[in-house]
Amino acid sequence: MSNLIPRDEEDQQRRATRYGQLVAQYRPRPPIGRNLALAFVVGGSICFIGQIFYNLFLELALSPREAAAPTLAVMILLGALATGLGIYDELAQIGGAGAAIPISGFSNTVTAAAMDYKREGFILGMGAKMFIIAGPVLVYGIITGFTIALIRVFLLGM
Amino acid sequence: MSYFVAFIVGGIICALGQLVLELTTWTPAQLLVSLTILGGILGGLGIYQPLVDFAGAGALIPVSGFGSAVATGAIVEAKRIGIIGLFTGPFEIVGLGVTAAVIFGFLMALVASPKE
Amino acid sequence: MEKKQGDRTYMFANPPALIGAKSVVGPKEAAGPVGQYFDLKIDDPLFGERTAEKAERRFLIEATNATLEGANLAKDQIDFFLAGDLLNQIVSASFTARELRLPFLGLYGACSTMAEGGMLAGFLIDGGFAQNVLVGVSSHYQTAERQFRYPIELNIKHKLSAQYTVTGAGAFLYAKGGDGPYLKGVTVGKVVDYKIKDPSDMGAAMAPAAADTILQHFEDTGREPDYYDLIFTGDLGKVGMQLNRALLEQCGVRLGSNYQDGGVMIFGGDGAYGAGGSGCACSAVITAGYILRELAAGRLKRVLLVGTGALHSPLTWQQGESIPGIAHGIVLER
Repeated sequence: MSNLIPRDEEDQQRRATRYGQLVAQYRPRPPIGRNLALAFVVGGSICFIGQIFYNLFLELALSPREAAAPTLAVMILLGALATGLGIYDELAQIGGAGAAIPISGFSNTVTAAAMDYKREGFILGMGAKMFIIAGPVLVYGIITGFTIALIRVFLLGM
Repeated sequence: MSYFVAFIVGGIICALGQLVLELTTWTPAQLLVSLTILGGILGGLGIYQPLVDFAGAGALIPVSGFGSAVATGAIVEAKRIGIIGLFTGPFEIVGLGVTAAVIFGFLMALVASPKE
Repeated sequence: MEKKQGDRTYMFANPPALIGAKSVVGPKEAAGPVGQYFDLKIDDPLFGERTAEKAERRFLIEATNATLEGANLAKDQIDFFLAGDLLNQIVSASFTARELRLPFLGLYGACSTMAEGGMLAGFLIDGGFAQNVLVGVSSHYQTAERQFRYPIELNIKHKLSAQYTVTGAGAFLYAKGGDGPYLKGVTVGKVVDYKIKDPSDMGAAMAPAAADTILQHFEDTGREPDYYDLIFTGDLGKVGMQLNRALLEQCGVRLGSNYQDGGVMIFGGDGAYGAGGSGCACSAVITAGYILRELAAGRLKRVLLVGTGALHSPLTWQQGESIPGIAHGIVLER
């Protein structure tokens, strides 16, 4: 039996640990500083664009609370558009979290899934799988909001 | 001025998110869910709204803004109409987000196909 | 003659000849550093089809048809068609077999399928069960992404160690008699799992299996690495290649400059493709395109081909399992 085949469960665990160290040695180091800077610039720019629309809606005599909704809607539209044009994934390759965190990233996940799963049909493909990536954000956003409000309004009476 | 602040605050939130991705084994999905939950908690405690007042889109656009809006929506409605408000309150922002994403996503998917 | 040598190596009494092979690739592979070696270069990654899955089948059908034509053999002379791919239920292989109407044995070895197929062709022919065996494998960037990872247009920043699935197909015709490099022997792989869990670390997941098969091969045959002009791993990529070398060194085997990897060769270390190419087609097109031409020209005389595969599924990964690897070795000599 070759030296590299583990003899038993314990031996495998030992080898795996040692191998993990070897892998960490050879793992390519990402340019963290550069990635942070790119995330900052890409994310900031998307928010900048959002601010343009936010100000626009405020100018149209909407209150800050009322201006939020159309701003988000526009950013969702832009995210979908950029995804359809095939440029949002390239933006993400550059900006990482800077593209994922804004609401346009949420919209990208829905559009990307819709585009991809269209091949399996409109109902079972696109319809069923449109939220396959964005689902968790919705689920846990709703759970959190509900829970916090429950605690604050009904348990703490605030 | 508001443009500058939005850029900086939005940029910082995204940079912090990128830092988490670099230093931990978190997947982007885990990061986004955590950020949403964080926004929800801060929003529920009333801490997120001042950030929105200050930074505008810089706080609204990141997904933490979404989380905060869900929480504040639930709180406002719960105070207004009671327990049912917990269920209808999130609807305003969730409804907006989901409806917009579905409509625009669907339309784009009709006309566009994935490219490598 | 005793065919079995050592633990897991078999030397054929009547080595089959690899009488023909064809490689079909997509645009990115054609544009890579070994692009000139591929037989058919298709501009459109969807090959004119509506879905990527249909496209992948066309790649495989083209490769198999071209191979049969090139070797001047009719379908009714083929005893077995061995094929596999990365997709669930190996549909590219099965649907191609449907078109070809040949006796079909479907294989799943992930990216090691080309070597696995060659090995089985060797057993069938040397064992006297077949005269001609056709082996085919395919992979496609879009079908692999959809199944194993994410929708194509999704915003995701790929890690540096991640690999890029090769779009293409390779087909190989092994025969009882004839000209061509000879399949002299094979070393059968075992599944080796050193608990790598991240699919972005595929090279690291497969390297232990590759090192194990290579080590076992040298132990079984008593040969040294310099017996071969080329030792070739299918798709360990930049990172996996280094890990393979390191593991072998720890076991006292040093690979020299005669060691190359398909994943690194196909995109030439271009960072846009991460650590390099992967997929069943990676090892297949480089073998059919580059290695066979070099063997024919006499620039290579003895090659140890090690196909490497990662045997996880999207579900096992989601359930927190690690990624087991396997590697099969086949020896081609002029």
